[in-house]
Formats: sequence, structure tokens, C-alpha cells
Amino acid sequence: MSDIPTSAVPEKATCVVIGAGIVGNCVVGHLARLGWTDLVLLDKGPLPNPGGSTGHASNFIFPVDHNKEMALLGEQSANQYRDLGLSVDSGGIEVARTQERMDELQRRMTSATAWGIEAHLLSPAEVKELVPFINEEVIMGGFYCPTVSVVDSLETGTVMRKEAIEKAGLQVFANTEVLDLITDDTPRPNGRRKIVAVETDKGTIEAEHVVIACGVWSNRIAYMADTYIPLVPAVHQMADVGPMDILAETGNEIGYPIVRDMDTFCYERQSSGSMEVGSYGHRAILHHPDDIPSNEEAALSPTEMPFTPDDFDPQMETAIELMDFLGDAEIKYAINGLLSLTPDGMPCLGELPDVENLWSAAAVWVKEGPGMGQVVAEWMHYGYPRVIDAHGADVARFYDEEKSDEHIWSRADESFIKTYGIVHPAEQWGGRRHLVESPFRSRQEALGAEFFQARVWERPQWYASNADLVERYGLEERPVEWDNRWWSPITVGEHLNLREHCGMIDLSAFQIFELEGPGAVEFADYLAVNKIDVPVGRSVYTPWLNHEGGFHSDLTMMRMADDRVRIVTGVFDGGRDEFWVRKHMPNDGSVTFTNLTKQISTLGLWGPNAATVLGQLTDHDLSQEGSPYGSYLPVNIAGVDCHLFRISYVGDAGWEIYVPWDDATTVWDAIMEAGADHGLRITGGGVYSLSGRIEKGYRLMGAELESEYNPVEAGLARPKVKAADFIGKEAYLAARDAGAEVQCVTLIVDDNTDRNGNPRYMQGGNEPILTLDGERIVDSHGRASRVTTAGYSPSLGKNLLMGYLPNELAVPGTKLQSMYMNELYPCTVVGPGSAFDPDDSRMKA
Amino acid sequence: MKILCCVKRVPAPGAKINITADGQDVDAAHLGFTTSPHEECAVEGAVQLIEEHGGEVTVMTLGTSDAEEQLRYAVSVGAHHAVLVDAGDNTWDPQRIAAALTAAIQDVESANGSDGTAEPFDLILFGNESADSGGFQVGIRVAHALGRPIVQGIKGIEIGDDAIIARREIDGGFEVYELPRPAVLGVKEGLNLPRYPTMKGRLASKKVEIGTVGASADAGGQARLRLHRPEEALSETVILGTGPEAAAAVVDVLDELGVL
Repeated sequence: MSDIPTSAVPEKATCVVIGAGIVGNCVVGHLARLGWTDLVLLDKGPLPNPGGSTGHASNFIFPVDHNKEMALLGEQSANQYRDLGLSVDSGGIEVARTQERMDELQRRMTSATAWGIEAHLLSPAEVKELVPFINEEVIMGGFYCPTVSVVDSLETGTVMRKEAIEKAGLQVFANTEVLDLITDDTPRPNGRRKIVAVETDKGTIEAEHVVIACGVWSNRIAYMADTYIPLVPAVHQMADVGPMDILAETGNEIGYPIVRDMDTFCYERQSSGSMEVGSYGHRAILHHPDDIPSNEEAALSPTEMPFTPDDFDPQMETAIELMDFLGDAEIKYAINGLLSLTPDGMPCLGELPDVENLWSAAAVWVKEGPGMGQVVAEWMHYGYPRVIDAHGADVARFYDEEKSDEHIWSRADESFIKTYGIVHPAEQWGGRRHLVESPFRSRQEALGAEFFQARVWERPQWYASNADLVERYGLEERPVEWDNRWWSPITVGEHLNLREHCGMIDLSAFQIFELEGPGAVEFADYLAVNKIDVPVGRSVYTPWLNHEGGFHSDLTMMRMADDRVRIVTGVFDGGRDEFWVRKHMPNDGSVTFTNLTKQISTLGLWGPNAATVLGQLTDHDLSQEGSPYGSYLPVNIAGVDCHLFRISYVGDAGWEIYVPWDDATTVWDAIMEAGADHGLRITGGGVYSLSGRIEKGYRLMGAELESEYNPVEAGLARPKVKAADFIGKEAYLAARDAGAEVQCVTLIVDDNTDRNGNPRYMQGGNEPILTLDGERIVDSHGRASRVTTAGYSPSLGKNLLMGYLPNELAVPGTKLQSMYMNELYPCTVVGPGSAFDPDDSRMKA
Repeated sequence: MKILCCVKRVPAPGAKINITADGQDVDAAHLGFTTSPHEECAVEGAVQLIEEHGGEVTVMTLGTSDAEEQLRYAVSVGAHHAVLVDAGDNTWDPQRIAAALTAAIQDVESANGSDGTAEPFDLILFGNESADSGGFQVGIRVAHALGRPIVQGIKGIEIGDDAIIARREIDGGFEVYELPRPAVLGVKEGLNLPRYPTMKGRLASKKVEIGTVGASADAGGQARLRLHRPEEALSETVILGTGPEAAAAVVDVLDELGVL
């Protein structure tokens, strides 16, 4: 086979990949490496540059990112480019003009250490040694990473495509327009349709799998199958200025490190004798995919839109300030280049929830292209990506409220300027708030709730009405602004009050599903590691594994009736978990799926006085015998039929109370009234999701629990394995036989005083855990020990960390160090158990 | 020396040209706008003459405020002053444009003069024809109305002691004209290679004050009925083969073309 398109497309293929940019080419290349054959690659444009974003990319990779998926896939991609010999390590420097940015560079150093990437902080003079044409007087310092690389993404795509042609007989069709995606819409119990064919202007191809790797056009193609990939084409302006002798004299495409002028949201990257100046500092300029010109209508290429100089002018001024020679060089080429933005800044990878075997490989930039191509190919091949846990990029994560142009445009409008921004781990969105809210909103607002948004759901983080607790418990603000941002001492007060009296927490964002039918219990057991076929009225906390034995999810399931099982999962995983159920459920009619999330509201009531408070509202025996741990009991509260589920994610005894949505406020009012004399306070999510949880060492999906770890390592394996089959069972049994190489543990930060004498409060996660010699700790799978959750324990007055350590270090009392903002803090291993109330005496009270 | 360049904002070429539904305009949504290429050379030529002989370059256009983009572009590559002749909502034909520009030039020249005596531009440069409508008229009409000599198709300009020397390409050589000042020239692409703006030039152009004059002139005798885009003549591409096996076929074609 050659790379030259033939005239007619084949009638059938195992897989059709649409889009021959870096992503589509890498998907076919990796599929071929995995042994796939009978592949077709289409693009509406010519090859090797069909006119998408790859063709005008800046082609550099800064490997340090605070986000694990982005950092590791960036590194993975950089290595794939290196392996092909299509990469040069130019080095790169992020320069700071402000103290706030200097602090951020300390944070970058921390992430660099976490991922094992060489990096150095430089003085302005040291920056000038590397970049002699920089004006060192306007900068305060720099973050230098020698392995910043410049890659040839077009050639890499060509090489990957040719590899697939040679290995797998890939057929390539350039200048081929996709006209429609054809699905089988026969109604099925799982509610999913199935892709069956791709219609093109050169014929129709029946296909088992179809991959949308169409960059900025991806959503237009998804529309053809009546589905949605939430991304918007956005402009990133760049201008090529030159020539400059000092650059030409290097004789290289790139001879000087790339400079990112972080505080002006701008970069300067040598391109032979010229300098490319790129900007993320202009207004967000967004386009609808249908407004992008065709290849023939575009003067340069469809994604190199006419330059709007007014938007770029302020960047020129700051660029000249940093490098004076830019001012006198000619602007030879300037474009409004298009790239893809999503509502949460993460790519869209994986199978589309509503169309079986239709895959998204979209919103991927050149810097992650090869790695993410591999993720998608492995997902298709193994049923789950092996190279990394990709839950943050899973296209199934989105809720319906996130799948609208209004939402994406608003998010992109707000986030574009944050591309080089300093984004706090708890930073909240300004727009598109209160998309979904609990029945209690008016009550919460009256109590001064500070709302945090979890995907589309609003959850009070703390309540201003509890400000008196700050005085009662002698609390104060944190001295360092960063630690204080998106935080209030009230949350500590709410925590201590819950431990002393009791607290009620709105958990309405829980995602609640039900399986019903003669096959419901058997199917539920197939999803879960732990036994679901338990007596009616019992519940089970259980992992869900992927086929490889890593975590897909971690949730509770309740046996509601002989033929009915309820599933309760967290708001960050609702989309993925619903998809997982639908993907695996039998289509023979033996099981039906219902999403009850907006029919059932949930309140949590915990603390030493919880039983006393609730006892005023029901005659049910609320003792440990009458309402044992894990039981799910019907009760009537204030005339409303509810269920009491004795469980705790905060470490004190109490219940999750499941209430019909429409009657939920009645129950809220009744409990608040009953608790008035017992110290009950409405309590925010800060206690539930962080301080209460971390004191008890409770694991969280997406933090401690990822597909890269298994239940044995996470400390969630039970003594016995059920007889029934379940997804991942074989791998799980093997993991149990092999034993854990690492263990999930809690650590106490012994001293949190920084070099300025200020107490620091660790947050964010992904900071490295190091030996006393400052060495990284890496297991035989290459997994580095890092903070999976960091939080302050009000009960202990200490910062706690969670993470995985090799067995020999997971021993209680082991002394280690953790890094935060590029400073090392001594810490001590607690072990796999909890730092607070390790015997669970409070839970048994 | 004072030189005036008259330029026109036109849709940027280089891609498929679509016509608006009413047939009256080019749909420039995907194209963006630029200055007619002949006029880019005119501006570059003027700037080079001023760099050599001293003086100032003024750039003028008739258009809406959108056309300030082209005026500022000219300033970013070296022009000193910019004048927008406000086109308002009128329909413009070549005669009307020429009349409006003539009036505007006379206004500027009066303002440049003193004691009631106008100070004419030593040289006025037009593009040979506009890149979009290609009427070949406006420069000639303006020169005629101002009573000044004009030569079209110019690809070389020198400033002599008393005269302006202009060169026009003909088959096998050049025609050389000497024109007394003040004079008008219609220049062609190839006069020079226009420079790109520098960042500093661009930023300076943002600060220049654009003079605006009203445009009042009667409609001429020409009217646009509609624009028509002729079918593109498609050329057939034959793939001769791939790899070394294609060599013989390539030789055959070259032989056929008589280039071997």
C-alpha cells in the first residue's frame, strides 16, 4: 500500500479513523502496533497537512504540568517524538515578572520533582546567560526545564501513518469528506445506539469502530451521529517576526530555549532565523465549527484564520519589553490559529456514552498527541487505557448541562486567559453557576452558603451562619494568602462542631441509579468486587474494577428488593459510572436502568448527637443493633418516607438519609429543628469531602483510587473473594496472589513551618513524597509516590497527606519528607489506617 | 518632497472567492482584507523615495471606518499621515470615487499650503488598477481632474532634478517617461518588494491620527449589476506512479514537453 489515496473507499473496515492530524495518525499507528488490521484513515484535506491545527502548531512541549494526566501524557508524548528522532530538546524557561508568579514557579518546581523532570530556578542573570537577547531587568527569575522539546508533529504523523500502512495495511483517503455517520438506532435496554457506517463523498464504509479525531471539527462530526463532543474552536494568535542575525547564526531550527513570558501570557520561540511570538493573552475569540472555512475557501489553511491585529497589539508591547529586537523585526506571518478548548480544560477521549463503538480522540494538542493516541488505541483494544489512568479525560465525564454551546463558550471565554494563568486547586468558575442545585438552595442561601461547583452541581462548602464557631474554637485565617484562598476557618469550626455535637450535610449531588429486573442482582454482582447478592435492606461499599483489575469506580450499592439494586456514586463520577453500567448491562431485557438522581435527595447526619437528634423524629431503633452499619432502613420522618443508611465518610456515627426530592425540605426543617438544642449545625462539603475524610484515611475515586492501582494496594481488598464472576476478577485474584508492592497510607506532616516562619497548609495533591535524602520514591511499575490528597486535620491540628508507598516505607513511624511549594517538610507514616480514631470507636458509638 | 498614495481596501486573495447572495459583493468572511497589491508597492515606493530624498508620505483611501486598517498598515510600513475619505452609505462607481478623491486631494493640498495657495503633492501614486473591481480608471480620472500628467503601468520611479522619471515595462525593454512635477503615476506590482511592518511600526501606526474628510460627489454613469464568478478551469492531475518505478513515466512526460 502507498500513502496515495485511491479513488473509492472500501465497503467495510474494522475501524475508520476520521482526521489525519497528529491524533488520528497516532491512533492508527498505535492500533497497528496492537495488532489491529483492516483500518481506514480519512481526511477532508490533503496530506501530509490536511489543514487542521497540527499544521500550524508551535510544536513545543513543556513537560511540567500540575495535572497528572497532562504531565505524564505530555512526557509520554515527548518520548514518542524522541523515539522517532523527530524531536530536539531546546530547553525552555518560564519567566516571572511578579512575586505571585515566582511563588507559582516554586509550585512548578514541586510538580517537576513529582514527575521526575529536571528543572531549575534561575536568577534573571542566569536566564540571560541562556537567552542573551532577553531584558533581564523586567523579570524576577525563571523556571528552566532542559527537556522542553520542539517536535515535528507533521512528520511524526506521517511516520505513524506509514507504520500503520506497512504493519496493518491501513488504507488512507485524503480529500475525502465525511457526509454522515450512520448509527443503528434500534431501541435497546441500555439506551445506546451503535455506529455502523461512515458515509463519505467517495462511498460508504461499514465499520465496527469509528474514531473522531477531527480536532476543531470534532463536534460537527459527532453531531452527525446525534451525539456531542464538548469542545469549541478557539483562536490562539501567533506572529512570526524576523529575520534576526543572532537567531540565524545558530544555524538551527531552534538554538535558544523557548521563553514563556508567563505574566503576559505570551511566548517567544525561535523558528530558524525568526522568532515566533504566540499569545494566550488576548480576548477569547471563539468560532463555531461551521464557521471555519473549507480548505479551498482558506487563504492559508482552514485553521489559520485571518489575523486580527488589534487583539495582538498589547502583546507586542510586552514582547518588545522582554526582547527589544522583536520591535525592529518584520512581522512576516501572523495568524489567528485555531485550537480546541473544552469546558474543563481536559481532552475528550474514549467511547461516546450514547453510541457504541464511536470513539472520541479530540481536544488534544500536539504536545499530548502521541500519548493520547495511544490512550485511545489501548482503550479500544483492552477496554481501558494501560498507559495511564485517563478518567479526567474520559468523554463520558460530562453531564447533559455541559453539552451545550452556551456552556462550552462560557467556560472557554473564562478559561482561555488561564492558559498561562496561576490557577488555584480549588478555583471556582465565575459563570454558568447553579446549573443544577439541590432542593435546599433557598435555605442554604439564607444561611450564607459558600457554593462550590462540582461539575454542574452546586454544593455548599461552608456556611457564613457558622462564623461564631471560629471564635468558639479559637480559629484564625491562614497567614499565607494562597493557603487561605477558597478556604475559610469556618470549615474547621464546622468540623470540630460535628465531632463535638453533630452536623448535617447536603449530599444531594450524589448520583443515584437503580437496576431492576430478574437479572438485576446478577448484573450488579458482575459490576462489583464485593458481593451484592445480600439480604434486602443491606448495602455494600465496593470497588468496581476494569478488566485489568484497576479501579474504575468506588461506590455503594444497596439491595432494595429481590430484583432491585441501587447504586450511589459521587458527583465527579456520575457520568462515567452511568456509562459503565450501560456499556456492560445485558440487552436481553432482564435488567432496566433508571437514573434517580433528581428524584432522590440525600442528607448526611453525623456526630455524637446524631442518634439523639434523629431519635426525636422516628421511633425506629437507632442503636447499632437496630440500625447496624450498612443497613438501609425505611423510616418516616416528619411524614415523609425516607431511608436511613448507616454509613460514614466523615468518621462519626450517623446516617445518610435518602429523601424524595419534592419533600426534602420538610425533612431538612424537621432535623434542623430537632437538632437545635443538641449542637446541630448545617455543615459544608469541606468537612465531608476533605477534613472528615482525610482524618479517617477514606479513599476517594480519582485521588487515591485510579486504574493504575488495585484494591490490594489501596487496602480495600476483603478477606474473601465472592464466587460470582465480576469485571476484573481474574486480574484481582492475580493481584491478591502477588500481594501489594505499594500500600495506600496516611502521613502526618510533623512540622509545617516554612522558611519564612509561616505555617503552611498543604493542598492540591500531586506533590512528591521523598526520602530523607530527598530522593524520589518510585516502584517497579514506575509509579512515583506522591500526595494523592492533602488536607488539614482539625482534630489533630496537623496537616495530613495520603499517598502510596512501597511496603518497606509504608510502616508506621517511617520518617519521610513531602514537598510543598518547593520546600521540604518532615512527615511520619501513620500507615494504611487512619490518623484519627484508628479503632473506629466513634463509629461504633 | 510630499508624496500621496491612494490605496483601496480589498478582500484578501489566495482562496476561493465567494459572492454574497445578492451578487453585489465578495463574501470576505473567511478572507479578511488587505491593500491592493499594486498599491502596497506604491506605498513601499513612496517610502523608499522619501527615505532617499526626505519628505513625507500621506496615504489616502475612500471607504468606511473599516478601511482605517489599511491606512494604519501603510503607516506601519513608513507612511507619515493618513486620510480617510468617508464613503458613508453611498453607492460608489469609478467616476464618483475619482471626483470624491479629487476634492479630498484638493482639500489636503489647500490645507498644506499657505496664504491661500495650495501646496500640491509632488507625486501622487495610484495602483494601476484595483485588485477587486479592476476598473483601471480612478487614477487617470483624478489626474485629469487635477490637470496633472499621468502614466500607467509603472515599474520604476526616480526623482530627477526637475522631473520625475518613470519606467514602464514593454516587450523587450522599458519605456522611460519624464514628467514635470506635480505628477501622477499608476504603478504595478513588481515596482519593488514591499516590506512587512515591524512590531514597532505597527504600534506606532496605532497612535497616528487619521484625518477624515467628507466625500461629496455625484454618481457617475456606471453601475454594478451583479458579480459573477466564472467556473474554475480544473486541471487534471495524473499520478504517474510512486517510487523509482515512476521515473520512466516522468521522463516520458518531460520528453513530450520537449524540455529534455
